[in-house]
Amino acid sequence: MVNGIIGRKIGMTQVFEDSGKAVPVTVIQAGPCPIVQLKTQEKDGYQAVQLGFGTQKESRVNRPKRGHFAKASVDPAFVLREFRVQSLEDVSVGSVVDASVFSEGELVDVTGTSKGRGFSGVVRRWNFAGGRKSHGGEQDLRRPGSIGASATPSRVFKGKRMAGRHGAKRHTVQNLSVIQADPERNLLVVKGAVPGPPNGLLLVRKASKSPI
Amino acid sequence: MNLIESVENQYMKSDIPDFGPGDVVKVNTRIREGQKERIQAYEGTVIRRSHGGLKETFTVRRVAFGAGSERTFPLHSPNIESIQVVRYGAVRRAKLYYLRDRTGRAARVKERRR
Repeated sequence: MVNGIIGRKIGMTQVFEDSGKAVPVTVIQAGPCPIVQLKTQEKDGYQAVQLGFGTQKESRVNRPKRGHFAKASVDPAFVLREFRVQSLEDVSVGSVVDASVFSEGELVDVTGTSKGRGFSGVVRRWNFAGGRKSHGGEQDLRRPGSIGASATPSRVFKGKRMAGRHGAKRHTVQNLSVIQADPERNLLVVKGAVPGPPNGLLLVRKASKSPI
Repeated sequence: MNLIESVENQYMKSDIPDFGPGDVVKVNTRIREGQKERIQAYEGTVIRRSHGGLKETFTVRRVAFGAGSERTFPLHSPNIESIQVVRYGAVRRAKLYYLRDRTGRAARVKERRR
């Protein structure tokens, strides 16, 4: 059984629980993902399935890739991603993974690339408090303050949080509960926010850890 | 079809009466007290509707015992049992925030004949 799927973030909205409580949700277009290749213990040293997602014009696919898809006899996909599996017994190349791998109430981990924020200061990047706005602190509003001691150690420690490139990194949000999974519409609705902008590529897997 | 819309449509109500800013409405809300459920009504003038599909809300203003109060309801919430239009109002803007600055006779809204 494949425990994950490739998807695309569509956007957020809210739905109502039976109790009337409004729940923030993210709508994900999940799959359909044809299995393009199997990675085996003997040949590759690990077990995984390679899934395709999205469509790609035949003319945009280079020849090695075209051959790769032809071998699996599936249409060229926009992206290929691998998912580790415990056993390769009930999966076969060419079969399609869809949103039915998830069920309502199940917990999932969602991986995506967060929104890029460019070169950001320490207030945005590391949630520093900055300086105060009055009582003579006006010039230090968003400054980092001291970055270390003086003669000892005479240097700035490695890993010191400073301004720099922020976002556009791979992030995983764990244990989001599935509100709805509909293979017919390739629809997956999870509770809460997921990394990245609308249309961003997402990997949705069954939760690797159980919540406390 | 738009996936977000298709999700929202599953939760949207279809039996919402036609009402807008200026109208006096009676909103019957479900209140849960322990195991018991009862219906509480809130009556007042609609001062805004904030559109947005399933996320649409509306705000009702009433002046009770001299003190103004406003409540914002999610239009499609299952906790809203029903909405009754008591009186239609004739107004010339979409958001009636000016009512907050008025009291007594000045805070009236003209009735719309329909």
